[in-house]
Amino acid sequence: MATTKKKIEKEEVVIRFSGDSGDGMQMTGTQFSNTTALLGNDVSTFPDYPAEIRAPQGTVGGVSGFQLHFGNAKVHTPGDYCDVLVAMNPAALKANQRWIKNGGTIIVNIDSFSEKNLKKAGFEENPLPELKKGDYNVIEAPIQTLIHEAVKDLGLDMKSIERTKNMFALGITYWLFNRPLNHTETFFEQKFAKKPEIIEANILALHAGYNYANTVEALSSHYVVKKAELEKGVYRNINGNTATAWGLIAAAEKAKMPLFCGSYPITPATEILHELSARRDLGVKTFQAEDEIGGITTAIGASFAGNLAVTTTSGPGLALKTEAVGLAVITELPLVIVDVQRGGPSTGLPTKTEQSDLLQAIYGRHGESPAVVIAASSPSNCFQYAFEAGRIALEHMVPVILLTDGFLANGSEPWRVPEMSSLPAIKAPFVEPNEKDYLPYERDPETLTRKWAVPGMKGFEHRVGGLEKMDKTGNVSYVPENHQLMSEYRQEKVNKIAEDYPLPSVEGADEGELLVIGWGGTYGHLHTAVTELQEEGKKLSFVHFNYVYPLPKGVDKIFEKFDNLLVCELNLGQFADYLSIKVPGYKYQKYNKVQGLPFTVDELKNAFNKILEDK
Amino acid sequence: MAEVNKLTPKDFKSDQEIRWCPGCGDHAILNAVQKTMANLGIPREKFAVVSGIGCSSRFPYYMNTYGFHGIHGRGAAIASGLKVANPDLSVWQITGDGDAMAIGGNHFIHVIRRNIDMNLLLFNNEIYGLTKGQYSPTSQLGAKSKTSPFGTVENPFHPGELVIGAQGHFFARAIDNQVKVTTEIFEQAARFKGTSVVEILQNCVIFNDAIHKDIVSRDVRDDRTILLKHGEKMIFGKEKDKGLVRDGLKLKVVTIGKDGYTIEDILTHDAHEANPGMHLMLANMRYPDFPVALGVIRAVPDATYEERLDQQISEVQKQSKIKNMDDLMRTGDTWEV
Repeated sequence: MATTKKKIEKEEVVIRFSGDSGDGMQMTGTQFSNTTALLGNDVSTFPDYPAEIRAPQGTVGGVSGFQLHFGNAKVHTPGDYCDVLVAMNPAALKANQRWIKNGGTIIVNIDSFSEKNLKKAGFEENPLPELKKGDYNVIEAPIQTLIHEAVKDLGLDMKSIERTKNMFALGITYWLFNRPLNHTETFFEQKFAKKPEIIEANILALHAGYNYANTVEALSSHYVVKKAELEKGVYRNINGNTATAWGLIAAAEKAKMPLFCGSYPITPATEILHELSARRDLGVKTFQAEDEIGGITTAIGASFAGNLAVTTTSGPGLALKTEAVGLAVITELPLVIVDVQRGGPSTGLPTKTEQSDLLQAIYGRHGESPAVVIAASSPSNCFQYAFEAGRIALEHMVPVILLTDGFLANGSEPWRVPEMSSLPAIKAPFVEPNEKDYLPYERDPETLTRKWAVPGMKGFEHRVGGLEKMDKTGNVSYVPENHQLMSEYRQEKVNKIAEDYPLPSVEGADEGELLVIGWGGTYGHLHTAVTELQEEGKKLSFVHFNYVYPLPKGVDKIFEKFDNLLVCELNLGQFADYLSIKVPGYKYQKYNKVQGLPFTVDELKNAFNKILEDK
Repeated sequence: MAEVNKLTPKDFKSDQEIRWCPGCGDHAILNAVQKTMANLGIPREKFAVVSGIGCSSRFPYYMNTYGFHGIHGRGAAIASGLKVANPDLSVWQITGDGDAMAIGGNHFIHVIRRNIDMNLLLFNNEIYGLTKGQYSPTSQLGAKSKTSPFGTVENPFHPGELVIGAQGHFFARAIDNQVKVTTEIFEQAARFKGTSVVEILQNCVIFNDAIHKDIVSRDVRDDRTILLKHGEKMIFGKEKDKGLVRDGLKLKVVTIGKDGYTIEDILTHDAHEANPGMHLMLANMRYPDFPVALGVIRAVPDATYEERLDQQISEVQKQSKIKNMDDLMRTGDTWEV
């Protein structure tokens, strides 16, 4: 579509789509992200939605948002403040106006700005005149009026027409950022293959939005964001939950073992179970259990049978599974437990992100019950760490807790697809079929891992269970010294896994005034904040942890070269407290946020500057 | 497949010392299970015995098969995962009234609903033994125990009713010390494809001794129990002169030759009838109004969970172009840089 309007080049852009939770904002955001990734930009996304499926219409509590950040270079966060806000109703504007950059563009569906809706959103008076006086470009698009006009010949019912509102908004943003429409058109053609009138309505609305933007005077120019320089390869957009599911399947394939997932639906982890359930073609067995405990204990049964067994959950579910994690610890069976962390305690903020399950994962069990804890740090590297969780569990006969979070789970980014041949081999310590005199709890002298025989193997019949077992034979034993020996073996076995861990790399100088320390899902924001200050000439460095329990060896050698250590995390300081036990002798300062939201780069920079200036 | 050497009950005994109390009903059940397994013609390495917590749950340690002593109440879930992961195994769950119907109630009803092919032996002694004598979900109303010194104030579960309510396909009842009959019942349970629940009236000699004596003592047993066999008349009694007939929507005990009843009037047991109505009435018969039903009360064949799952996997695999992870990761919206 030709246009005579000005084109302006930009390096990066942040857009936030917002509307009622039934307005299709997640789909709109996803469409924009996919189109943009296909054009070769780097993209980072952040869906932010309420726990209620259809919260009261028109209220601030029911606003669903989807923010995305794209650019011509690597993008590590979904952005703090947006250049463009799409607000489908007054409540969306109310909920999001604090996130608009000065000079930003606000696109509102003016048809929804009735007195009633303004009141529902908590506005005393229409805020638009005031915003227009300020430094904002406000586009008052009569979206409802225009879609009714656009699709009037299709004979659709009111509801179906209203549902295309989001495509009108998407059309406006496609014009604004010079995106092609064909990707979204193809999406509708595939998704609604049996409903041609729905395809047509959505495509008409999309074009209507695009043409409206091209025509309306208030949009005087549009923008071009050039391709990012990315490593060569095949790419796709992926979110953390899909990446986690795929990493688990990849681990099973690499280990040449079947994958079993026993799980119970829980936000924000459920999509892992969805994705695994869709993979019958790869032989994945998913078992939607009757409860969280059934999820993990069916997985333990499958592990006993010789499968790579996993269970997926979030904080409350991990709490319910706790006793069974201990069973996997004492039976020394491999098991992957994925905890997609959310705001807690209790039901807390189910759809929001947090890192407050850390100490639960490390210490939250009865008895001396060591399990491995690792954490992913970007949506796409959930694949790598899910794979790694599978590898460690299988090779060391141990439960591994993989921590991700709501931000990683729902956020997406382009991902360079690996070749399976490039991934490390996984070799579970199965017995050789001709071995004699099998002792189930005899250990490899190096790794302290026991050998694995599974039901069906002739000559290896043995019993495992939750009672303390005698060294080597695995028979029930109440011998006091044996309990200590076995407790120490189980602990030492886990400690030894760290011998293979890489030391995390320091971003920036390996000595200086300030070392920023992070773990898990906050990598993108911490990296961006540190990098931006480094570019300003500030002396600070950054180290980030994926291997949490046990910690990589030699961390103190990194810490000792800095004047200040600042541990940043989305909880009240759990990793900092943990470090003070495991890497004692240092003063760990804390920067914490518990709002159900990721960090903003801005607030991090302020916090770092404060320490650098106070010096 | 290689010829399976004939196994004997001894092949199923482990080298572990049996630690149940002398006189406990569990000893006889252990013997019956070992006899049954020897008769099944299944190689020993394909047996897996799974349990939760409680006296009965020590069972796997005494079996020279694969075994898993789990955690309280979760035996059914562990066994479900094991069987679904490897349908080739013969999976047995050993549980008690507390393990199955209190802490493990949720897993119990759901394994039955799913009809996973396993044999669930429920040792019902109406008491918590391992924790030394608290009432259980099957203790009769008013039962006195350490946690109910003045009698319980709650109604008990009747396992058969719960099993049938959970859409159970197989329910049988046996007595611990009747090894021959019990072995036959276990064998039928083992050969049934689906979740086979066998309630065993088991005696806890320490904390609830003689709880079933009104039914199971040798002198009264014939008159107070009825051994149901598919296709046979529902007759019982020392003299084999009593039988069950329909009385409206209920059952009634009659004496053959009295009040005009003949053998023709006596009901014939149909364990394969899908409608659970009659099975529920039979399972719920209680002394003194009725004889307690023993034997296989219900055995209605149906597809199992793991059969349906494996079938679904093979169907999807036939249709899908995705054969491995490399395929999957390159399917859908990808682009090349």
